[in-house]
Amino acid sequence: MTEIIKTDALIVGAGPVGLFAVFELGLLDIKAHVLDILPKIGGQCSELYPEKPIYDIPGFPTITGQGLVDNLMKQIEPFHPTFHFNEQVEQLESIGTPAAPLFRVRTNGDLTFEAKTVIIAAGGGSFQPKKPPVPGIEAYENISVFYAVRKMESFRGKRVLIVGGGDSALDWSLNLAPIAERVILMHRRDEFRAAPHSVNAMRELVAAGKMDLTLGQMTGLKGEGGELSAVTVKANDGSIYDFECNRMMPFFGLTMKLGPIADWGLNLHENLVPVDTEKFETNVPGVFAIGDINTYPGKLKLILSGFHEAALAAQKANRYVFPDKKVVFQYTTSSSSLQKKLGVG
Amino acid sequence: MVKITFIDAAGQSRIVEAEEGSTVMEAAIRNDVSGIEAECGGACACATCHVYVDDSWLEKLPKAESMEEDMLDFAYDVRPASRLSCQIRVTAEIDGLVLHTPEQQG
Ligand SMILES: Cc1cc2nc3c(=O)[nH]c(=O)nc-3n(C[C@H](O)[C@H](O)[C@H](O)COP(=O)(O)OP(=O)(O)OC[C@H]3O[C@@H](n4cnc5c(N)ncnc54)[C@H](O)[C@@H]3O)c2cc1C
Ligand code: FES
Repeated sequence: MTEIIKTDALIVGAGPVGLFAVFELGLLDIKAHVLDILPKIGGQCSELYPEKPIYDIPGFPTITGQGLVDNLMKQIEPFHPTFHFNEQVEQLESIGTPAAPLFRVRTNGDLTFEAKTVIIAAGGGSFQPKKPPVPGIEAYENISVFYAVRKMESFRGKRVLIVGGGDSALDWSLNLAPIAERVILMHRRDEFRAAPHSVNAMRELVAAGKMDLTLGQMTGLKGEGGELSAVTVKANDGSIYDFECNRMMPFFGLTMKLGPIADWGLNLHENLVPVDTEKFETNVPGVFAIGDINTYPGKLKLILSGFHEAALAAQKANRYVFPDKKVVFQYTTSSSSLQKKLGVG
Repeated sequence: MVKITFIDAAGQSRIVEAEEGSTVMEAAIRNDVSGIEAECGGACACATCHVYVDDSWLEKLPKAESMEEDMLDFAYDVRPASRLSCQIRVTAEIDGLVLHTPEQQG
């Protein structure tokens, strides 16, 4: 039996809104664990537009996606949240009562939590690898087509076609080249988004005859019973040919999918979780939804709205976690007790 | 107003009016042009506003910048005429532009 991690609050999603929830909960002495399926914090800001400027964060005439996330991390540091990355929250089960909620939460990596309150800050859902739109690809997935490497050994002696031009495609080409019978990297053009040093390393391997690089796009798959035998390729001169391989790894970036949240017994409206606008609580008492994942009349999918939602959800969460505590409204500017929590008093 | 023609994968064509200074993607979305999704709202972060520039316009449009080329890596069936419509600015020079929308946006 795995150990159960007990926590006041569990936050699903480490996007900007989940991060700020740590701050608002922290001011109320509520300790939080934060989970994300990604290997890093920041949600859409870090994954989709780290370098782009945002112009509508109050008090910051301009700040980049990553800059905002870095600042949030600094801001929540005094509260020492515990992060669990590469973990998708799969199950949420209510084991308490409406007056004293308690939830058992499980992840795909076998972590189990017991939380007094759950804050869903899941944005557009779990970031997952984008599938290339090749007909019939599902039949090969996890048999001979992989979106991630779990065991390098399973590629030993295989002819591996890696498709893409970013860091993942390049990194896995380099890592698998010594293990596989042959690694072939396929990209639509002879320019790569990946870090220059991995591009150089790849070109060296190609020059030394240790792997191949081919330009073109995948249009079809051939094989039987999930075992790939060839990939149909459209070359840049328009010619179409079959390329023999028995493993294929496509890297076409990430997309957001609602994922397991649909099975948690929450009301859903067009893949969003309806909440009230006083506490941002879902139909399940003790479970809150804030940021892009929620919906209510007038909802705007803006970071600033998510921050506001985090502050109000924390107030109600406080009543579940500390039912007997008297709530006094305080400013961070003037309250010595808040300043002590922030480590500035 | 600048006129832009969108021809879908089935050959159906539509002419929309676009405001100078906006982007071709914005004109498409405002006019509900089918086949353009534009999930990221024009931030060059999704590649779901992919279009093919008609042969007659290939030489006349300014070329894609490297950020756009990078994002095109995520589009489906990329061809030499591929562009991301959110990265094409509407100017008087592109009046009469003809674009083809792809069968699917990834
Ligand atoms: C290109 C672009 C530009 C934008 N520009 C602006 C702007 O200028 N101003 C503005 O206010 N907003 C902007 N936005 C919107 C803004 O980024 C979002 O509103 C914000 O990211 C929402 O934050 P969030 O924390 O709710 O969710 P997200 O940032 O989506 O983060 C949610 C996280 O939860 C994780 N997750 C989901 N489900 C699970 C699960 N079951 N288990 C584990 N983890 C899970 C996801 O992997 C993700 O990391 C922009 C968005 C894009 C794409
Ligand atoms: S709208 Fe997303 S890349 Fe153009």
